[in-house]
Amino acid sequence: MTTHVASFSPYRVGAMVLRHWYLLRSSWPRLLELVYWPAVQMFMWGFLQLGVGKFPGALAGTVSTFLAAFLLWDILFRGQIGFAISFLEEMWSRNMPNLMISPLRPTEFVIALTIMSVVRLSIGLIPVTILAVVFFGFNFWSLGIALAAFFANLLMTSWAVGMFCSGLVMRHGLGAESLAWSLMFFFLPLTCVYYPVSVLPEWIQPISWALPPTAVFEGMRALVIDNVFRADLMLWAFGLNLLWLSAGAFSFIWLLRGAKSSGSLIQIGE
Amino acid sequence: MQQTAAMTVAAIQTEKLAKRYGDSIAVDGVSFAVTAGSITGLLGGNGAGKTTTIGMTTGLVSPSGGRVLVFGADMAREPYKVLHRINLESPYVDLPHRLTVRQNLTVFGMLYGVTDRREQIARLASELDLTEFLDRPAGKLSAGQKTRVALAKALINDPDLLVLDEPTASLDPDTADWIRGHLERYRARKSATILLASHNMAEVERLCDRVLMMKKGQIVDDGSPPQLLSRYGRQNLEEVFLDVARDRRKAKEPAS
Repeated sequence: MTTHVASFSPYRVGAMVLRHWYLLRSSWPRLLELVYWPAVQMFMWGFLQLGVGKFPGALAGTVSTFLAAFLLWDILFRGQIGFAISFLEEMWSRNMPNLMISPLRPTEFVIALTIMSVVRLSIGLIPVTILAVVFFGFNFWSLGIALAAFFANLLMTSWAVGMFCSGLVMRHGLGAESLAWSLMFFFLPLTCVYYPVSVLPEWIQPISWALPPTAVFEGMRALVIDNVFRADLMLWAFGLNLLWLSAGAFSFIWLLRGAKSSGSLIQIGE
Repeated sequence: MQQTAAMTVAAIQTEKLAKRYGDSIAVDGVSFAVTAGSITGLLGGNGAGKTTTIGMTTGLVSPSGGRVLVFGADMAREPYKVLHRINLESPYVDLPHRLTVRQNLTVFGMLYGVTDRREQIARLASELDLTEFLDRPAGKLSAGQKTRVALAKALINDPDLLVLDEPTASLDPDTADWIRGHLERYRARKSATILLASHNMAEVERLCDRVLMMKKGQIVDDGSPPQLLSRYGRQNLEEVFLDVARDRRKAKEPAS
């Protein structure tokens, strides 16, 4: 009856995606939450842009990037949260031991979580980008091919951070859950979401450039303000992201081993 | 008790298996073999090391020393060779509450690569009296129904090794008896190996071919229920358990 035990099975990945799809489908509060915060923030930044836009001068021009910056930040943040929440759902439901004694491999589990982060992000962000067009005339999709580069790079970073956070929760229990919600905010000032890197003190700038999203946000400003697509920045971000993803995957596996060593998997809780 | 050719093969083999958590010793160098097709009970008080032993047997916990082989595979190094042949039911583990019983079984059927999933779910639902609950969220079931669903999940892949950690804890006597009957039928049908940790002496006495008595991380006695009763000169396993737990009476003949 039981057949394949291949080292990688798209079927097992599909099983995990289906499990989370069933969950999303069964819970309208979960679906609403995906749209609620992005929509609230989009309106706030949109009205701020309208307000500041009434003043003539350089400031008005600069703040025209706010909506784009917010939406890109939200991809980064929601991508990571989408990954981590899907993971946390397994912890909250005390289902993790069931998964860990099944043939599901860590790689398959992580791939399923990345797919779910895209699904959750899409459910939240697509309606919000439409609202941005309707209310503020800002067409996020007009960023075109650049948007695909921004999107891919930000998602890669979000998955790397998501793997690290999930590993921490697996190793240290739900007491580490708050990190899953807050860790990304550590990057908010350093990745220069709303201002150029040159604003930072010189000694922080190398640290900032080591964070893949920094190049994305700089690239976004180059596109929106100067109408220039900086492929060099996207390649830099992509290269960094490969390193970050490797580090994220390594940390997830290492923390899983730690969880097996500490017995955390049979003591699910705080 | 079943005597089949399969019984000559060890389903589980532990060799000086040990687990430390910091300064605390949970399992202290236990060695035992579980014959394929048998039902073996792990009996011991709280903190005796039963759940940790089960954790290491299923690959959820890595040993600090020694090793555990399941169907010949070292569970710390190569668990994926055999995980498709194993399943677990434990009251400390749950299924996603918002998913219906059918959805849960579908997901785990896919994870275990069960090809005739619909038929398997229908069969398990029929055998475990779950048919009318199949489309109900797992979280909205009674304790007895949840236990039956957990057992259905544990049987979804027709495991060769079924690991049960207190399978009838907090169930009423009727439901508990019903579950035990089902486990007996499953073993008879599949010639499966069952490793059972329990505090319920009547359950152990009824189901197990062999009992490993654990205390402070060690196996302090080992034998079939009749052998243990005879060794301690007792009428039931509860009295034997108390003798071992309280060091009240030594066995007349030590376990070999």
